[in-house]
Amino acid sequence: MSEPQSSALSTTAAEAPLVRRDLVKWHVIAGVSWLAIALFAGLFYSLQLLQSWPLPKIAVLSPGRIRLIHTNLIAFGFLTNAFLAMLYWTVPRLTGLRVASKKLGWLIYAAWNGIILATWVGLHLGEAQAVEWGETPVWVDPLVVVGAILVWIQFYTPIVKTKEKALYVTLWYFSAGFVWLGLTYIMGNFFPEYLVAGNAAGPLLGLYIHDLVGLWVTPMGWGMMYFFVPILLKKPIWSHALSLVGFWGLAFFYPLQGVHHFLGSPIPMFAQYSAVVSTIAVEIVVTTVVINFFMTWKGSEATLKTSIPIRWFFLGALNYAITCFQCAFQVTLTFQQVIHFTDWVVGHAHLVMFGVFSFWIFGMIEHLWPKLTGHNWRSESLRRWSFWLTALGLWGMFLTLTVSGLIEGFMSMNLVPRETILQTMTPFWLVRTITGISIISGFACLVVNMVLTARAGRIAHIDTDYSPYEDVEQGEVAIGAV
Amino acid sequence: MERFSFIFLVAGILFFVLAFAVSGWIPMLTVQHLEVRTVEQMAEQPPLEFAELKADYPEAFAKAYGDVSDSQAFADALRTGHKTYIGEACWHCHSQQIRPWGNDEARYGRKSFPEEYHNELNMPPLWGTRRIGPDLIRRGGKQSNDWHVAHFYNPPDVNPVSVMPSYPWFFEEDGLTPNKKGLSIIAYVQWLGSWIPTVDETIYEVPFIEETYPPAVLNRPSRPLDSEGTEGTDENPTDTPTEDGDDFWE
Ligand code: HEC
Repeated sequence: MSEPQSSALSTTAAEAPLVRRDLVKWHVIAGVSWLAIALFAGLFYSLQLLQSWPLPKIAVLSPGRIRLIHTNLIAFGFLTNAFLAMLYWTVPRLTGLRVASKKLGWLIYAAWNGIILATWVGLHLGEAQAVEWGETPVWVDPLVVVGAILVWIQFYTPIVKTKEKALYVTLWYFSAGFVWLGLTYIMGNFFPEYLVAGNAAGPLLGLYIHDLVGLWVTPMGWGMMYFFVPILLKKPIWSHALSLVGFWGLAFFYPLQGVHHFLGSPIPMFAQYSAVVSTIAVEIVVTTVVINFFMTWKGSEATLKTSIPIRWFFLGALNYAITCFQCAFQVTLTFQQVIHFTDWVVGHAHLVMFGVFSFWIFGMIEHLWPKLTGHNWRSESLRRWSFWLTALGLWGMFLTLTVSGLIEGFMSMNLVPRETILQTMTPFWLVRTITGISIISGFACLVVNMVLTARAGRIAHIDTDYSPYEDVEQGEVAIGAV
Repeated sequence: MERFSFIFLVAGILFFVLAFAVSGWIPMLTVQHLEVRTVEQMAEQPPLEFAELKADYPEAFAKAYGDVSDSQAFADALRTGHKTYIGEACWHCHSQQIRPWGNDEARYGRKSFPEEYHNELNMPPLWGTRRIGPDLIRRGGKQSNDWHVAHFYNPPDVNPVSVMPSYPWFFEEDGLTPNKKGLSIIAYVQWLGSWIPTVDETIYEVPFIEETYPPAVLNRPSRPLDSEGTEGTDENPTDTPTEDGDDFWE
């Protein structure tokens, strides 16, 4: 294992620990639990497309509602919980300060998971709001804003107070990401619902879908990658300057692209063209992240064999490179004619949300879980199974959906009857279900291993490496050295 | 600290507001002159299909909407249908937006234009981003109510390859009579596109097709090329060229 050894810091026992491990751990657990539900929701929905929906006649489990649950639990249940865990781990280490308050921590925990629970129930009851990826019922929306504000208080406190002269790039992403989350949510969920209609509201929906990815998931994900990769590889990031170019590029170009989700709609063409141009521009900028990762990784190729966390980060970065390459093409109107409204887009969404950000989160969990439980991973082979099943499943899914999307798009353009299209899609959808099963099996391996590892404690196998006050890891020296 | 406030203000707030202005606010200005129509305004003259629903299912109809005028009942139906459409996530399988390219117009009819979305039922708009089933914005009146009743109860009965879910809870116990949800969703679907003067949107109304497609395809009178299981009617095939969405601007 290449995980760095931990060393205890000279914190006196009376003082509260710098890092709130319990919060990290429980956010990981919550995130993984929501992911389990979300994955099964996805699998079930894929059965509907094979005309074999297992639970007919039950209104609350209607396939359409299940689809909403799939996407919403991924966004708010899994990703957001995992990112909160990541924040509780990283922010105190990077600032040298505690988060605002432990009590606030548990309040945020309860609030966010309460919001997700309410969303989950609400969607089952058919209370959705017509905002893609923000279908949270309207009566939950104000709570989300409150939740975001609590997150600001919790994490801005150490970031503002820190005495570090230069903020590491991870903190740049966090500093902007929190406020973006709040603004994006307000824009997407309140404006189109209450203030503007039709063509005035459409662009805001596009902005919302896009900004939730680009201004919440992406900054958290990049910040996470920039934190963990140097630690795992035990060397500084290749270019600090490049990471800053990446940051400002993201901040400037990303929010301008929302309209590209509705190319061809009645939105005025100047807005559509501006979205297309800025999307192509941002590809150049996101390449900086990819370059930075691979240049940092260069020279440590052997870690791919020895370290599972690095494998997750590596594959995530590779998928990221592919996603970005894809974006620059698929946003052009030439491509849009064909692929909009098809499976291609679904494949793209899975590649970036699952293949990149979730993979990086898996890398983080692989790295942190032994530290959080105090035990080494129970089963090495389960770790490998988890990696390969998930990775191959995702790749199979991405390729299938991309191909079927192209076929569907061209058939649709060529005025092929819907029935023929549906029949043509069926084999692809079958493969997609199988890849989904593969992903779920990989995930099950991870969960089983997590449980086994955590329970090892009851058999009194205490890891001597573990110290509740362990705050500094060798890798962080590397970060400091930049 | 200085650096934090710079990042917070410039990247966090300023860039966000800038983007909002460019891609949100300026597009808003282009439709500023339009009035947002309420459901009541749109429901003043219920379409024929709604009257048919009332005649065909008088008891269910009375139970659903009570003793009110037809337009009040229709307004209620539109609201309920709209809410059902969102809650069942129909909009994740069906778009309500026809693009000016990709042969959308030939498939589904006249391309979308801003005015038709400027109403209460498009807050937020239901454009959709995925078409597993067909686009629905011009679908109103294309199928009979009876077809929809059978279709919603179990789509594969009507169209064996359909992957659309069945919705038995849109019906009373007997599985034949639509309940309030069922009546309303049918009313809503039948309303879509009813504002277009020529409901008949066969390919003949799309001029460019004639150059692109061989006559054999064009002269198939009983089966227009959209063929989403639709039996198209071909009266009134040519004469008026389709008014372009852009002409509505002034
Ligand atoms: C899983 C995706 C899916 C969902 C969810 C879905 N549909 Fe469909 N729908 C389809 C497909 C596929 C077809 C084409 C095959 C057929 O006619 O059933 C279709 C056809 C239709 C048609 C017939 C269009 C025509 O004129 O040929 C209507 C109307 C319709 N759907 C309305 C709805 C409504 C209303 C809902 C929500 C209550 C809904 N659909 C939910 C997939 C879906």
